[in-house]
This record gives sequence, structure tokens and C-alpha cells, in this order.
Amino acid sequence: MAILLFFLFAAFAVGSVLGMIISRNQAYSALFLVVAFASLGGLFGLLGAPFMAVVQIIIYAGAIMVLFIFVIMMIHLGEGISAEKKKWTIAAAVFMGIILLAEIVFAVKGAPAVPMAGQEMAGTSPTEIGRLLFTKYLYPFEITSILIIAALVGAVVLIKKREGE
Amino acid sequence: MTNTGFVFDVLIPVGKIVAVILYPMLMTIVMIWLERRVVALMQKRLGPNRVGFQGILQPFADAFKLFLKEDIMQDQADPLLFKVAPVLVMFSSLLAFCFVPLGEPIRIGTYQLTLWIAQSPVGLLLVLGLSSISVFGVIFGGWASNSKYPLMGALRSVVQILSYEIPIGLTVLSVVFFARSIDLVEIVNHQSQAKIWFGFMLPVSFVVFWISAIAETNRAPFDLPEAESELVAGYHTEYSGMKFAFFYIAEYAHMVLVSSLVVIMFFGGWLAPFPNVPAFAFLKVIPGFVWYLVKIMFFLYLYVWIRATLPRYRFDELIRLAWKWLIPLALLNFLVVALIRYIL
Amino acid sequence: MIPPGYFFILSVVLFVLGIIAFFFKRDLITQFMAIEIMLNAANLAFLALARSSNFVDAQVIVFFIITVAAAEAAIGLAIVLLIFRKKKTIKTETLNSMKG
Repeated sequence: MAILLFFLFAAFAVGSVLGMIISRNQAYSALFLVVAFASLGGLFGLLGAPFMAVVQIIIYAGAIMVLFIFVIMMIHLGEGISAEKKKWTIAAAVFMGIILLAEIVFAVKGAPAVPMAGQEMAGTSPTEIGRLLFTKYLYPFEITSILIIAALVGAVVLIKKREGE
Repeated sequence: MTNTGFVFDVLIPVGKIVAVILYPMLMTIVMIWLERRVVALMQKRLGPNRVGFQGILQPFADAFKLFLKEDIMQDQADPLLFKVAPVLVMFSSLLAFCFVPLGEPIRIGTYQLTLWIAQSPVGLLLVLGLSSISVFGVIFGGWASNSKYPLMGALRSVVQILSYEIPIGLTVLSVVFFARSIDLVEIVNHQSQAKIWFGFMLPVSFVVFWISAIAETNRAPFDLPEAESELVAGYHTEYSGMKFAFFYIAEYAHMVLVSSLVVIMFFGGWLAPFPNVPAFAFLKVIPGFVWYLVKIMFFLYLYVWIRATLPRYRFDELIRLAWKWLIPLALLNFLVVALIRYIL
Repeated sequence: MIPPGYFFILSVVLFVLGIIAFFFKRDLITQFMAIEIMLNAANLAFLALARSSNFVDAQVIVFFIITVAAAEAAIGLAIVLLIFRKKKTIKTETLNSMKG
């Protein structure tokens, strides 16, 4: 059952990323990406990380992609930008992709086998993550909140129209 | 033996899934009739009263009309996004219903029939996250129509939904603080143990959540994305026939979903009222599902009541309400709740 | 139980697709989306490792990655909008004023 779900989500994720590459319309790309992120959320759930699955859906699919679509609507390029026409960049992209794939496969093969946990984890409860966040990772957590405030203020300052502009 | 296995493993889950699909539709039918009649009576009109007794068959007539209506897609619309948008809206609210517990588990012999499809340790967040996917349907619907009013409606709804999600998140946190769980079933169980509903413990959270929930579902007085006096019908202006029906049903399904969340988080879900008063002990005889229905019907009625009473907000006032009133209030409330929780 | 290797393979495939998308696309927004795909592929690998080695902390780290990605998206999109406002285009090939 779980393996079926895995293949379903994996097919959705890979298929929608491919669709995002092929589609010429930015809004279509965004739609495909929403599907990809949602299915990645499902995969996170399969990995026994329900909290991460929900965070993925709320933050990635629910917030970041809305921002993307909002910007796409504001820029509104009409027909959308056609995919790369110069042949050599396509070739370069695919070539680099294949090289990278080979490299990673090679690296993974050489790596020592990951020690497998004996039995299956029941899945991490949000309580456990919360406890870790506020004890072991308290300082990173606080620093992240400062980072978010900085990003918020930075985005507002960047976008704000100055006087006389 | 194999026969019962088939019933429990296949028939009951499939039956639940069918029920979850039918339940919002059924509520929509009830709500259409209720809303039109109640608003009419509040405004000293008659409302639909011709089709069937007191107009009860009016929603069926409406649905029949929408089924038969021509499905128009104008030339300048973006074909894919135009078709996907209503599906997205519908999909997100139906999927979220899978995680909403509708009543206490019913024991049939040795088998325990749970009135929810899935219980998740992060159920509350999951429902909120899945229902926020519907914003994509609204955006794409408005954008794909490729005309002025839908685009305006879609832009408004993005800003509105993103703004009002923040107070919702903050108030939900205060409930989670007391229940010590994000699991919807656990939240109700905690209220049954504490013998008090969170709505009475956290009144500010409830009020802020309810106001934001009305804004999230695009209902009056916050129905700016579809304000008919300004934008014709907002993001679904260009839709007709079944696609329009999808948007329509999804809006009501979303209302039912939000009312369910309010009932579960703040008013004890399927619990009978007055658990402390021995004189009211007979109320526990009534099954939990009925209590749940009674409670959500109250909140759905409240939706209609508010719609018939309050005038529509102006858009800048709407955003100001979220950022200058609700979010600071929710933050302050959160702080106070955290302090109380710490002292207790 | 699903072998963790499946997740690693999927993560590698997604990462490579992200890189291909990055070079394939010609505007800032979709290139930005490609970067998000790569981040997600990395998250998937992280969680798969966490699962196979029973290490809960990895989930916390993924949580941090996602929050930082949110901050990055806000800033990045603000910059894209700023570029569009100044140059009236977001096609990368026309943004060549730094070219000598």
C-alpha cells in the first residue's frame, strides 16, 4: 500500500516538474509546481514526518506559491516567455543534467551503506519536534525569526516606491 | 469471516468517502434554501416559496437549471487554467473534510465505526492547509477569465485570504496550547475531560477566529472578491453552468468546513452541552453526531444572519481591520493565554 | 516499508530536473521556481536519511530550511519586481547591462 502511494506521489512530482519545464506559460509552471510541492508533502508524510508534510503544504503550496502567482499576475507577461530557442543552451542544460546525475549516482555508490534502523519508526509527533525546537535548537529558532523579520522589512523597503519615482 | 472482512475493509471506507462527498452537497442544498428564505424574511420579503412546500425544492430547481445551462468559455480565456480552477476549489474543500471528525466513534459489536476518514496527529493544521489550497482556484479562475472584473476579484481575494490567515493561525495556536495537541479528535477529547469548552475559556480567540473565518470564506460583510455592486460577481463572473456550480458548492462546503472547525475547536465538537449539570445528563442520550449537526447549523445560521445584517466593508478598511486590529489582538491574546497557561 | 533508496533516487531525479529547468528557462521567475525545486529535493533527501537513521533532528533542520526558503522567496520576488519596474523585463538575456 505504502509503496503504491510512493509511486503515485513520485510520478506526480516528477511529472509535474517535467510539465513545469515544458510549459511556456508562467502561470502553468506555477500550477505544476503547486502539484509538485503538494505531492512532495505526501512523500514527507510517507517518511513518517507528518508535521513536515503539513508545513510543506501550508508554507510551500499555500504561501510561497501564492506569492509567485501574485508576482506573475502583476508582471503579467501575456503570452508568457517561450522556452529557450538557442539550441546550444538546451543541449548544455541536458548535458549538465546528465553529468550531474552520473556524478551523484557515482558518489552514492561509493558511499558506505546507511545504517538501517531496526524497526519502523511510528512517525514523529509534532510534540517531539516542538520540544527539540525549544531546547536543543532554541538559538537557531530565534535567529530564524530575526531572519524572517529582516526579510519582511527588506521586501517592504525594496518594493516601496520612493518619493518622486 | 471473509465476508465481514470485506465489509469492514472495503465497504465501510468507500461508504465514508461517498458520505464525505455527499455531505457538503447536502449541506449546500440545505443552506441555499435556508439562506434565501432567512434573508428574505429578515428583509421583509417572501423569498422562494413556490417550488414545493415553503420552497424546499427550490435548491433542486436551481441545481437542475445549472446542470442544463450551456457551459460557456469565452475566446480570450486561458483554456487549461479556466477548467482547472473550479476543480481546485472543490478538491481542496472536499479533501479537507476527510480529516474532520463528525462524531464520536460508534461501537457495532467488536467493530468501532469512526465518523472520520483519517485521524492525523496534525489534523488541525492539515485541514487549514488543505483549505488554503482553494485560493489557487480563486486566483486561477479570476486570472484565466482574462477580463477586468474577475482579475480584480482574484487580486482582492489573494490579499484578503493571505492577510486573514495570520489571525487564524494565531488563534488556533491558543487552542492548541490548552489542548496540547493538533489532533482534532484529541482536541475534542480534551474538552470532554476538562468539562469546559474552549470557546468559554478563550472568548477572544473564538471571536477573532470567527471574524477571520468569515473573511476567509469570502462571505458578507467581507465578500469583496465577489462584491456584486462593484465587480459583477468577482472571480467567477465569466463562469456558467457546472463550473459555476462547482464554485458555488465549494463556497458553501468551505463554510461548512469552517463552521465544523469552530465547533470542534471552541464548542466541543460532538459533546453534549452542560456536562457538569446533573439535571441535563439526559442530553447525553442524543448521539454525538446530532449535537455536532445542531452546533454547525447554528454557525451556518450565524453566517446568514451576519450577511443579512451588516453592510459590506470597503477594501482598505477590510485590510486595515486585519492588520491593525485582528493581528495585534490575536498576538496579545496569544501572549495572555501563554502567560495563563504558564501560571496554571 | 519503502526502501530509503527509492527516496534518494527520487530526490536526485528532482534535483537534476531542477538544474535542467534552471538552464532551460529564460525568465527570472521560473528560474526562481527551479531553485525551489532543488531545495525541495534536498529536503526530501534529508527526511529520507532521517527516516533510515532514526534521527529526528533532521526534521527540525528541514523546518529551518523551509522557513528560510519562505524568507528567501519574499526577498527574491521583491527583487524580481524591482527589476521589472526598472527594466520593464525579466528575461535574463536582456538583463545584460553588466556585460562589458
